[in-house]
Amino acid sequence: MEREIILESKGLTIRFGGLVAVMDFNAVVPKGSIVGLIGPNGAGKTTCFNMISGFYLPSEGQIFFNGANITHLQPHEVCRAGLARTFQNIRLFGNGTVLQNVMVGCHVRQKSRWWHPLLCLPSSMREEKAIVAKSVELLKIVGLDHFAHEKARSLPYGAQRRLEIARALATDPRFLLLDEPAAGMNPQETNDLMSFIRQIRDDFDLTILLIEHDMKVVMGICENIWVLDYGRTIAEGSPESIRKNPKVIEAYLGEECVANA
Amino acid sequence: MSPAKKTKLNIASVAVLALFLWFAQNFLDGYSIQILNLIAINIILALSLNLIYGFTGMFSLGHAGFMAIGAYVCAILIMTPDQKDSLFILQKAYPWIQNAEAPFIVAVIAGGLVATLTGLLVGIPLLRLGDDYLGIATLGFAEIIRVLANNIPRVTNGALGFKGIPDYANLWWNFGWCVLTLYCIVRIINSNFGNTLMAIRDDETAAKAMGVNVFRGKLLSFAIGSFFAGVGGALLASLLTTIDPKMFLFTLTFNVLMIVVTGGLGSLTGSILGSVGITVMMEWLRFVENPIYLGSFEIQGVPGMRMVVFSLALMLVILFRREGLMGMREFNWDWLLGRFGRRGKV
Amino acid sequence: MSEAMLIQHLLNGLTLGSLYALIAIGYTMIYGILRLINFAHSEIFMLGAYFVFWGIALFHLPWAVAMIAAVLAVGAVGVLVDRIAYRPLRDAPRISALISAIGVSFFLQNLAIVVFSAIPREVYRPPWLEQVFLVGSVRVLPLTLFVPLFSLLLMLGLVYIVYKTKPGLGMRAISKDIETSYAMGVPVNRIIALTFGIGSALAAASGIMWTLRYPQLQPIMGIIPGFKAFIAAVVGGIGSIQGAVIGGVGLGLIEIMAVAVFPELAGYRDALAFILLIGILLVKPTGLLGEKLEDKV
Repeated sequence: MEREIILESKGLTIRFGGLVAVMDFNAVVPKGSIVGLIGPNGAGKTTCFNMISGFYLPSEGQIFFNGANITHLQPHEVCRAGLARTFQNIRLFGNGTVLQNVMVGCHVRQKSRWWHPLLCLPSSMREEKAIVAKSVELLKIVGLDHFAHEKARSLPYGAQRRLEIARALATDPRFLLLDEPAAGMNPQETNDLMSFIRQIRDDFDLTILLIEHDMKVVMGICENIWVLDYGRTIAEGSPESIRKNPKVIEAYLGEECVANA
Repeated sequence: MSPAKKTKLNIASVAVLALFLWFAQNFLDGYSIQILNLIAINIILALSLNLIYGFTGMFSLGHAGFMAIGAYVCAILIMTPDQKDSLFILQKAYPWIQNAEAPFIVAVIAGGLVATLTGLLVGIPLLRLGDDYLGIATLGFAEIIRVLANNIPRVTNGALGFKGIPDYANLWWNFGWCVLTLYCIVRIINSNFGNTLMAIRDDETAAKAMGVNVFRGKLLSFAIGSFFAGVGGALLASLLTTIDPKMFLFTLTFNVLMIVVTGGLGSLTGSILGSVGITVMMEWLRFVENPIYLGSFEIQGVPGMRMVVFSLALMLVILFRREGLMGMREFNWDWLLGRFGRRGKV
Repeated sequence: MSEAMLIQHLLNGLTLGSLYALIAIGYTMIYGILRLINFAHSEIFMLGAYFVFWGIALFHLPWAVAMIAAVLAVGAVGVLVDRIAYRPLRDAPRISALISAIGVSFFLQNLAIVVFSAIPREVYRPPWLEQVFLVGSVRVLPLTLFVPLFSLLLMLGLVYIVYKTKPGLGMRAISKDIETSYAMGVPVNRIIALTFGIGSALAAASGIMWTLRYPQLQPIMGIIPGFKAFIAAVVGGIGSIQGAVIGGVGLGLIEIMAVAVFPELAGYRDALAFILLIGILLVKPTGLLGEKLEDKV
């Protein structure tokens, strides 16, 4: 069964001074899949995310999204193209309300211009109302609609993570990059997260690539996994094959054991 | 409260303001009227700096430069060719300066537009600099403008400056522009575009990742802020009727910065309250600087005391209540209704 | 331009540059350890000159004693400024300390106006500095040699402190990584106080020598030289002492030579520094010898 390829990276390499942070990362992600990127700390996972989302320019290699070459795009252009992300250390707009955070995500699809509100143009007023409504809907989906007018930084940690996801969804993405979405979660929350990720993949017609350390999550929902160690891809495949891969076990020696997942 | 009701309340407030201005114009003494005029202009300046710094997070110290541009453009346009002839005594002005003339409203808008243009030119290279570097760079820009004003006498009359500028800037014009500035900035801040500006302030990286064109947002905010700074400068020129390069030292920017910080960065209400409070204090403290006459005795004034008090006040705010008076809170009709509602319940 | 004129201008440029360099060192050291632009530094410069003046006028101290006393006293003022206006804001957002610095600067300026009055005063110049002597056809004031040489002496002393003493090691550690320095038991606040003390002492020395060269003493005398010295520090690479020296001397030479070669530029002399600043910030913001500070994503 041929599945459409939504994201492809070819020979992605990046050097910082003399250090090669990522070497020759090749990945093909089918549309609608949930896939994972794992590896010990410092392996280069977030660096890959930063290259894909446009924050770093690769030293070598290309990235294709829906067939288009997005290697040289700025982060906001990557988002406009349909790729949204969350951050390892949550990056919310701390002084804004929960609702405002999500509304910022809607801006990229907004049609009215910045000066329309000055003239009180009806089309612009309608669009602003629609943005509020859409944002509230997204908050309902992550269960935060009751906190809409609270300051974002007053939320507990888990809620902040969900807010970040809601904000990313507000950009109408086709592809979601989640950086350690399960960090700091207890087993119950982790289960909820796993169902949630599957849910939004189905409801929003998304493809999801996640970085995770929690093996339960990775093995539970990813259909394909890439393993990085010191910037190099040491393994790739289904959860079963990764679980048994001796190179992977060796790389994780001393860390949370892969075999326990 | 419904938006329609809020709009009605807003319009009613403007009507009350107009009534108050009519009363002031006809019954208050010249000194009080001057203070009201300065309050209006300071509100314009504070709101524009707050947009750039409090809401978009750009630490710009160049406000005096934009004010200077607005002031000179306006002054050149509202003075008649004859007036300018007697003004440019050391060197004759360029003919296009000499003969340029425009109605007051056009002159003020022109002042704002030239300031905006300059803001765009300056902003494009400078706005990618971080916090403190941006501060120093914009401060440098303002100083360059001032030095320029001193050194192109055929345009600005050099160090002599302009005297006898027509005093069109009365209560109506100043508060008219003040209300317009407030309207524009409120509409921008309350729109989703305003949300993106605040997002840029809070976390540029996340904003970029969410599709916000940060550079464009910063540039727009800077341009809009510099427009109103130019307008403020233009009105100031007509109010004070004299301008010279020495007026536009860093001290001027410092005063506006002070208002914005004490009022609360990110609060428009705070900027308004701060403008009122500090303008009044400034004028009230002026008597400390001027000699006081008691009968035939003259008590020496203490020049510099005003700024000593103000810099001390700024430091106290920064050290003990960084968020200023209002923090990031705003006045809104719902809050007011809530307070009266509570009193209503017995 | 004759050869004698050229040498004359170069010496003047060197003198001016040394004065800028001494001030620039203070800016760069503070920025290096605190990432703070110490706006008040220009007032420290001014206070050095005023303390000498009052030391002589009020306490009738001999000039040399007054100079030493002033340098030490102003060094103490610098430490005090940090203690009161910057230390409480160590954990606050960086801009707060910056605003506080601006506040202190205006405060000291205007306090000086209130206490010393804004009337410009003539400064006492020791006669031995005034005697012109001729080297070939070049007219030389002992002052023109004294300033660069004394400045060099001070800078060498500083280099010794920074690279050969324990507190100096602390300074270098803190400018690399303040968090780790705390963790490693470096007495951070004391070292910061020492840095302020040394930086302020150097600025005070510069202020004293400045008034020997340009004898008008007034409370606002520090603003323009202070700003220019800061620009010199940025151009040289903020955080780098060598950069501050190179930037300072370079700026002094450029200022003097530019106006010497193009006299029409005289009115724009002050703007030269600002144009240089904007230029360097656009091309290489970290300055000639500076390091890059990345933002982690």
